[in-house]
Amino acid sequence: MLDSYLPILVLIVIAVAFAVGSVIMSRLIGQKKPGEVKLAPYECGMPPVGSARERLSIKFYIIAMLFIVFDIEAVFLYPWAVMFKRLGLFGFVEMGVFIIILLIGYVYVWKKGALEWE
Amino acid sequence: MNAELLSLSNAPWLYIGAMLVKILVVFGVTMGIVAYATWAERKVIGHMQTRLGPMLTGWHGLLQPIADGIKLFFKEDIIPSQASRVPFILAPMMILIPSLITIAVVPFGTDLVVNVGGKAYAIPLQITDLNIGILYILAMAGLGVYGITLAGWSSNSKYSLLGGVRASAQMISYELAAGLAIIAVFMLSETLSMREIVLQQSGSILDWYVWKQPLAFVLFLVTGTAEINRTPFDMPEAESELVSGFCTEYSSMKYALFFMAEYANMIVVAAIMATLFLGGWAGPTPWGPVNLLGKIFAFMFFLMWIRATFPRVRYDQLMKLGWKVLLPLALANILVTGIVVVLQQ
Repeated sequence: MLDSYLPILVLIVIAVAFAVGSVIMSRLIGQKKPGEVKLAPYECGMPPVGSARERLSIKFYIIAMLFIVFDIEAVFLYPWAVMFKRLGLFGFVEMGVFIIILLIGYVYVWKKGALEWE
Repeated sequence: MNAELLSLSNAPWLYIGAMLVKILVVFGVTMGIVAYATWAERKVIGHMQTRLGPMLTGWHGLLQPIADGIKLFFKEDIIPSQASRVPFILAPMMILIPSLITIAVVPFGTDLVVNVGGKAYAIPLQITDLNIGILYILAMAGLGVYGITLAGWSSNSKYSLLGGVRASAQMISYELAAGLAIIAVFMLSETLSMREIVLQQSGSILDWYVWKQPLAFVLFLVTGTAEINRTPFDMPEAESELVSGFCTEYSSMKYALFFMAEYANMIVVAAIMATLFLGGWAGPTPWGPVNLLGKIFAFMFFLMWIRATFPRVRYDQLMKLGWKVLLPLALANILVTGIVVVLQQ
């Protein structure tokens, strides 16, 4: 069974070698004329103001949390989808209940305004 | 004469040789398409805007990708003094490597039968057939988000950070909708193996899953475009407001790796779409790899066409589309598919 993962390992080795190799090659071949201004973070030609590690909108964290909830739902749906025809009506009702519980949560999230970006 | 499926146990050396040849061919073809997709994109968009595109390097600019590659090799590799060095160097590789290895499970032809020492072996034209092929693809696609987020954060530049955070929120939102959209296909196919899914569609064009799951196909088309950050969903780059988004501070080959990853991702999404919905290598012509490449090229042309046609959407519109339209539609599609299948039984 694990045989089928051997080609992926070989492909990973080739892909890593290609990525690392091309970065190292350009590092060796490319010219190096560093300067204080050149190494500063880009800010439209102005001297950079403050740090870039600022606080971010809370929206992004909410999206990350919602993603985890719904992605776990998707993870449960995959094995169910593959077995679906064999489970028949029983499987459909079971998963229907699961999806409806999640839909209630989804409606709650929507009503609370977590999906608003204005 | 019945051909035996080639495996590591029945003919180890032949298996390893065939594996290496397949990997090198697929890798080479992918990199070739990546290089010439940059040329094709400039040409296609150029002609759509009644320009000529690159014309000077070689006949109709055909040597342009090679010239670009050599140029990028010789450019100075700048690492900003305030950047976090290790993640800054690793990020472009973390984006490119997953997109290159995803292609491993895409089948590209019928079994090739070879005779060795009086025995016939069938070599599947696919680097490897995992029974969880689609889960592998989704897992690898998910890894790409780390690279973009790290690239944005480690640059320590405001544009990069905003681009990186936007990109990660966009990619996880659309990954969700994409993952839910294709579940409806597996309810019909009863397998996650890419090889099996193509074989189920190999009868005729009418067997393609796009006819049974048109909504899932459209959903995957939209989410796929957003997932690989193409126009009209190229918010992470958004050059009119964020300079170049998460790759603002990158130069030389590191910048080239981001570019290669973008085109490699286009190939991967096109290959997944062709395999799940459009019959993969099976049909309409008898030559497997030609069919698959034709479908991939058609999709890539479609993406370039979209880029020349539509303006970029606003970020709030993007998130609204993902969470309030595509996600409920994908769930509804699963329920409707479920009802239809149960009623048929």
